[in-house]
Amino acid sequence: MGSVTATVVPPTDSNVIRSFRTFRAIAASGFRRYATYRQAAVAGVVTNTVFGFLRCYVFLAVTDAAGTAGGYDRGQLATIVWAGQGLLAVILLWGWTDLADRIRTGEIASDLLRPVHPVTSYLATDLGRAGYASISRLLPPVLIGPLFFDVYLPRRWATLPLFVLSVVIAVVLCFGCRYLVNATAYWLQDVRGAMILWTLSSGTLAGLYFPLRFLPEGLQVALWAATPFPSLFQTPLDVLVERDPAPVQLGLVGLQLTWAVLILTACRLVQGRAERRLVVQGG
Amino acid sequence: MAEPGLVAERRPGALAAYRALLGAQARSQAAYRTSFVVDLVGNVGATVFDVVTVLVLFGVTRELGGFTLREALVIVGISAFGFATADLLVGNIERLPRYVRTGLLDAVLVRPLGALPQLLLMDLPLRKVSRAVFGLGVLVVAVTSAGLDWTAARLALVVVAPLAAIVFFGSVFVTTATVSFYWIDSGELANSVTYGGRDFTSYPITVYGGWFRAVFAYGIGFAFVSYHPALALLGRADPLGLPAWVGWASPGVALVAAAVAAAAWRVGVRHYRSTGS
Repeated sequence: MGSVTATVVPPTDSNVIRSFRTFRAIAASGFRRYATYRQAAVAGVVTNTVFGFLRCYVFLAVTDAAGTAGGYDRGQLATIVWAGQGLLAVILLWGWTDLADRIRTGEIASDLLRPVHPVTSYLATDLGRAGYASISRLLPPVLIGPLFFDVYLPRRWATLPLFVLSVVIAVVLCFGCRYLVNATAYWLQDVRGAMILWTLSSGTLAGLYFPLRFLPEGLQVALWAATPFPSLFQTPLDVLVERDPAPVQLGLVGLQLTWAVLILTACRLVQGRAERRLVVQGG
Repeated sequence: MAEPGLVAERRPGALAAYRALLGAQARSQAAYRTSFVVDLVGNVGATVFDVVTVLVLFGVTRELGGFTLREALVIVGISAFGFATADLLVGNIERLPRYVRTGLLDAVLVRPLGALPQLLLMDLPLRKVSRAVFGLGVLVVAVTSAGLDWTAARLALVVVAPLAAIVFFGSVFVTTATVSFYWIDSGELANSVTYGGRDFTSYPITVYGGWFRAVFAYGIGFAFVSYHPALALLGRADPLGLPAWVGWASPGVALVAAAVAAAAWRVGVRHYRSTGS
C-alpha cells in the first residue's frame, strides 16, 4: 500500500480507494482462475455454435412473408441468437454452485473471517470471470454467426456503449440471483430444488428459448416489470439490435439497474440473516 | 480376465446383482421423499418448456417449415418422449468425466460385471420418470389430434418409431460420452449432439438449411428419429424429395446407431488409462 499515505489522501477517500483496490485484485484473480479452464472454454464455444445454428434456423423459419416476427427482422433475429449464445456464458445463467458447496462443506466459515463482505468478494470474483468469458465465450459466436447468416449491426452510435453497460448490469444482476439461489443452502443444505426452479424459470423467462417479444404484449409487460428475468438476457440483446427507440432502450436499462440494486440489497439482507443463524457444518 | 464390456451380463447371478444395484438406487433416491417429489415436479418442467417453446413459436406463425401445429406436434411428441426416456435410462452416462476423475470407473472395471450397465444402474435418475411420462402424454395427444388415417402399418409404426427414438438417443448419449475417455475436459461438448439432437428433432428438418441440415439430419441420422416417421404417419410426401419408405427406416437406423455406440464404448474402455490418483 505504498502510494496511499495519510498525508496525501484523506482517510475517507483512502478507504474507498483501498476497497476499490481490494475489489480489483479479487476480480483479477477471478479472471486468472477462469482463464486456466481453456479446454472447457473451447468445448463450450463449439456447443454454443451448434445451438446458434439450431436456434437461428428455427427463429428465421418463424418470420412471415415480410421477413419479420415479433417486431424483429431476419437480421435482428440472427444477431439476437448469436450474441445471445455468447452472452449466455458471460452472465453464467447456470452451473454456479460455489457458494452452496462452501456452505454445505462448512468452508464458508473462512469466507466469513475475511475483512471483505462475502457478497462483495464473490461479486468481484464473478466480474473477473465474466471479463474472461467476454473474450473467450462472447467473441467467438459473435464472429462465427456473421459468416453463415446476415446479421443486424447497430446503426446508432450510442447503442454500443449502452449495450456494454447493459451487459455489465446483467452480469451483476445474474450474480445476485445466483447468490440468492445458492444462499438457500444456509437453510436447506440441499439446494437442488431451488436450483431446478431457477434453471427452469431463468431459461424460459429470460428469453433464451425464444425472444420474449414473441409473447402476447400484456405478458411481456408483466414479465419485465414483475420479474428480474428479462433484464438478465433479453434486455441487453434488445438494446444491441435496437428493437426499440432510444428512450425506451434507456428505460429498459434503467429497469435493469433497479432490479440489480434490489437483488443485491436482498443478497446483503439474506447474508446478514444467515450469518446470525449459521451453524458451520463439519466443525 | 473378464471382458470389460457388455458381454459379462450373461453371467449367472449377474441379473440378481444388477437388480440389487437398481433396488439400492431406488431406495436411496426415495429416502428423502420431499426432495424426490420436488425433483419429479422440477424435471417435468424441462420437457414442458420444450413443448411450450414450440407452442409460442406457432403463436407467431401459422406454419413452420411447411408444417401446421398439429403436424409438428407429432414430430415433437416422438422427439420429446424418445429423448426423455433415453435420458432416464442412459442419460447419466454424460457424467462419465466425473466417474473417471473420481476413480469410480476403476472400481467398476474390476468387478465381474459389465461396466456400462453398472454405471447406468448405479446412477439411474428415477426423478426423470416424470419427464418420460409427460413426453408420452404429448405423443398420445399429438397422434390422436392429428387426424391420422389409421392403417395396420401405421399402428405398428406409432409404437416402433418412439422405441427406435429411445434407442437412437441412448446410442448418442453413450457415443458422445466416450469422447471423455480421450478428452476428460470436454465438458459440455457432448451436449451439442445430445441436447442439440433433441432440439434438432423437435422441428421439421425443412426449417434448417445447407450443410448444417445435411450433417445433423443424415450425417448423424437425426432425420430418421422423428421427421421421417412423422411424415409416414401423416401420409405426407417429403418436401425434400426422399421416398416414402424412408419413414419406416427408423428401427434399422436405431440398430446401426446402437452398434456404433457399443463399438465406441468398447474401444473407449480399452483405451482408458486410469487417471492414476
